[in-house]
Amino acid sequence: MAASNETMLKKPHVGKKRKPPTRYWEGTEKDGKNDGKKQKEGDNNEQTPQQNKTRTKEGGKRGGAGGKRGGAGGKRGGKLGKRAGGKRGGAGEKVISGKSDPFPGSALVPEEKLKKFKRGVKGELPPRPQYNLRDVVIRSEAASDLAQKQNARYDLMLPEDAGFLEGDKDEDTCTISQDDIADAVDITAGAKYFSLTLSQFGPYRLDYSKTGRHLLLGGRRGHVTCLDWQSKQLMCEMNVMETVNDVKWLHSEALFAVAQKKWLYIYDNKGIELHCIRKFNDVLRMQFLPYHFLLATASATGFLQYLDVSVGKEVVAICTKAGRLDVMAHNPHNGIIHLGHSNGTVTLWTPNQREPLVKMLCHQGGVRSVAVDKTGTYMVTSGMDKKLKVYDIRSYRPLQSYFLPAGASCLSLSQRGLLSAATGDIVQVYRDVWSTPVTKPYMAHRAKGSVWGVHFCPFEDVLGVGHGEGFTSMVVPGAGEPNFDGLDANPYRSAKQRQEWEVKALLEKIQPELIGLDPSQLSQVDHSTWEQRHEDRVQVLGFDPLAKEKFTPRLKTKGRSSSGKVEKRKKQVAHEDQRDVIRQTVEDRMKIDKERKEREKKEAAAAGQKSALDRFRK
Amino acid sequence: MKVKVLSRNPDDYVRETKLDIQRVPRNYDPSLHPFEVPREYTRALNATKLERVFAKPFLASLDGHRDGVNCMAKHPKSLSTMLSGSCDGELKVWNLTKRECVRTLQAHEGFVRGMVVSFCGTSFFTVGDDKTIKQWKMETPGYGEEEEPLNTILGKSVFTSIDHHQKEGVFVTCGQQVDIWDEQRSNPIRSFSWGVDSFNCVRFNPVETELLASCASDRSIVLYDMREATPLKKVIMNMRSNTLCWNPMEAYNFTCSNEDYNLYTFDMRYLDKPVTVHMDHVSAVLDVDYSPTGKEFVSASFDKTIRIFPKDSGHSREVYHTKRMQHVISIKWSSDNKYILSASDEMNIRLWKANAAEKLGLLAPREKSAVNYSQKLKEKFQHHPQIRRISRHRHLPKSIYSQSKELRVMKEARRRKERNVRKHSKPGSMPVVTEKEKHVVTVVK
Repeated sequence: MAASNETMLKKPHVGKKRKPPTRYWEGTEKDGKNDGKKQKEGDNNEQTPQQNKTRTKEGGKRGGAGGKRGGAGGKRGGKLGKRAGGKRGGAGEKVISGKSDPFPGSALVPEEKLKKFKRGVKGELPPRPQYNLRDVVIRSEAASDLAQKQNARYDLMLPEDAGFLEGDKDEDTCTISQDDIADAVDITAGAKYFSLTLSQFGPYRLDYSKTGRHLLLGGRRGHVTCLDWQSKQLMCEMNVMETVNDVKWLHSEALFAVAQKKWLYIYDNKGIELHCIRKFNDVLRMQFLPYHFLLATASATGFLQYLDVSVGKEVVAICTKAGRLDVMAHNPHNGIIHLGHSNGTVTLWTPNQREPLVKMLCHQGGVRSVAVDKTGTYMVTSGMDKKLKVYDIRSYRPLQSYFLPAGASCLSLSQRGLLSAATGDIVQVYRDVWSTPVTKPYMAHRAKGSVWGVHFCPFEDVLGVGHGEGFTSMVVPGAGEPNFDGLDANPYRSAKQRQEWEVKALLEKIQPELIGLDPSQLSQVDHSTWEQRHEDRVQVLGFDPLAKEKFTPRLKTKGRSSSGKVEKRKKQVAHEDQRDVIRQTVEDRMKIDKERKEREKKEAAAAGQKSALDRFRK
Repeated sequence: MKVKVLSRNPDDYVRETKLDIQRVPRNYDPSLHPFEVPREYTRALNATKLERVFAKPFLASLDGHRDGVNCMAKHPKSLSTMLSGSCDGELKVWNLTKRECVRTLQAHEGFVRGMVVSFCGTSFFTVGDDKTIKQWKMETPGYGEEEEPLNTILGKSVFTSIDHHQKEGVFVTCGQQVDIWDEQRSNPIRSFSWGVDSFNCVRFNPVETELLASCASDRSIVLYDMREATPLKKVIMNMRSNTLCWNPMEAYNFTCSNEDYNLYTFDMRYLDKPVTVHMDHVSAVLDVDYSPTGKEFVSASFDKTIRIFPKDSGHSREVYHTKRMQHVISIKWSSDNKYILSASDEMNIRLWKANAAEKLGLLAPREKSAVNYSQKLKEKFQHHPQIRRISRHRHLPKSIYSQSKELRVMKEARRRKERNVRKHSKPGSMPVVTEKEKHVVTVVK
């Protein structure tokens, strides 16, 4: 009785229930069938039912989660799913229960993600006899491949997505006002659109700190203030009672530099004057290179000066001989300073060279503003000729040229490649200026006064605009990098973390001598010429090992050291080292001559008949 | 209008309570980490500098002998035990963790010439100037018991060196001839001699355990097979070899320390030319010992220094010296690959770190990964001139510095002279002899 009952029970419900629902990754009918078959085989085994049941449940859950993610991720997730599905469906490994694993092997990583983390190019393997070197190369390449794959995999799981703004049908995004955006987004993001009315001491220059948390404002008429702009907490506010030309945060939010009428000053975030640097006068623009701890300043007297802020020493002062320098940008990729001049040229400078590395004629009139993107690939310039030009600064070629009726006075590039250009009192933001010709701005906003400085906030969708009537913080969706690196620039770091970061950063301060056009040059093989190597060797040894010793004839007696005899002896050893070579070449030439003659003779013999004129030949 | 603006929830990025560790979200995007190579270079430079700052290799000095220390022996089973024998016949057993002597015994009249611990670690053998071989128990005798050898064999002549078989109760001594002994018998089971009257070192091969090699005073190195009645072959060099040591990992290679200031690594199969000539000492090399990994060896010299050589490099990677250390007579590399023991003339045994800048003791995981990381960086940038200069720099005593300079000048002069002679003699009559070939006279089979 019991036995029959068992069979009765076993047959119906387990078999039916365990038919798996079709999954989105099971592209073909065939695979599904196969799975079914395997399951039926599994049925016969008395041990499996319980296990199988739990398995299918898990599978279902997993599938659901995956589906959700695919939906949210949009484009990226969908692509990945398709790619992965194609491969996984076919190869299924059997597990003990007889079912096949729908996800065999490790998950695939999309190609473009891998490309993002690629470093350098794979070289050729050294030939077999150098087996040691070959082994090292093979191992290190395998390690870098693994690192690349792991990085790409990690990149898929980053928590934040970038912002975006899309208009409705027939609606330009540039017509959407800031108020509409602020209403549409959540309350914290909406609070990032605000204005400060500071009409007394404007117009204002501004700078965001490296983490994007802190804002520094400097009014033309001496008003300097720094604040934590997200919490709107004022750190300090003062009036330096002098003209302020530019303001810049140094490596952390504890220090900032102010270029005042005569000298350069450094204050801490309480507003206490720490240094007045008298070596730096009439500074108009400043740039800070965070990894080098260098403050580069351009002055009205035409000097480009570098200040090492970690030790407080001037590194170098370069006289550019190009007049007043009020256009300056730095390339975040390689630390090179770009200066714009009134004759329409842009020059590139390092602290290691007194001459510009590159001089580019960019505009017909003077250059009004320069900006370089964070990968160091593109440079955007605007000039008095009302043009906005995009250059590829790897090859120094112009890519795009736009005509702006009012001309752009200030330019700024965001982390994700948005370009803001200020024309009069209007700030326009452009997208993808280098790849395709742009006809319309992405966003536009009218400030209350004429714009004096624009700056994108790092890691936020915010554009800070300093103008005659104060400061406006605009919301520009898609401007900031969504995922920051906690060890590099962490907006949420605590005081302790900041201190630790500061120590680490100071320890790995890059020396100014390492600034050059290609920052990765240090890792490449230096194929120095023989002459260079020889020179180095001479310098190391202190003498030239290959130098010829000057022949000094020995003093001989009995009239054999008369000047004539000495000259004769000198002649005997003169050009001794060349004699072998000369002898050899002479021999070679004779040999060739001989061969040629023999060949001619043979040819003549082969020709056979003698002509009538041969009798005159000797 | 569809809009999304970055709006992070601070709770995702800030720790909840003070007891938690800080959250550190990472993004490995290369464009967020500019100056990758210069920063790594700077780190490598710092790591190299710190390595030189922390290079303090000297650990301890074990004193207690009343005469120069002539020989040492490692214990095969216990890392902390080490034996040393001095020129007055005294033998001391040391505990290296406590850095103290645990047992002293008068082993011989005159020098203790050699000693070895048997492979099981229960007893050890000593040979001395009094023509005896003595076997001792490893254990300290109990209260009231006398220090007496288990076994004493009186030989016909002075024994100069002893080594034990790796697996069997067989040991080998040398003196006027090379004798192979069974632990149970009082007569040698086999004796080898090949036209010389004095050998100064004999060593069993650690892998091919029936093979052994000896250095003789007629400038030769002789190879034997224990199972055969006659020696296998010998190589005669320009000057005498003092000791030799087999590479424990590539046991077909052995390195011998020579009187001509050099060490030579030979391949047992091709004796006509050494595989590598290791130069840098400025006086006779007295002893050599391999690291248990077989990648490096350490040599002791009459010039009062110890040098560590990579096995396939012609020059040393490290030199140790102190003001007080005199001629170093015996050297051992500890079996855990971490320490070096040197015994010198002025009655002291010194304990050194094998890696001068290594931190001793347990490392925290983060510490360990930091060490590995900086090691890798140093390796990556090792050829950059600045880094190479710092990592190669060693301070030498003035006498050794000037002596090595003098040797270099002499060598250069000899080379120049040879070149000039070649230039002025009939082409082909002065063949080029490489440095490796120079030091071997002949191979006899």
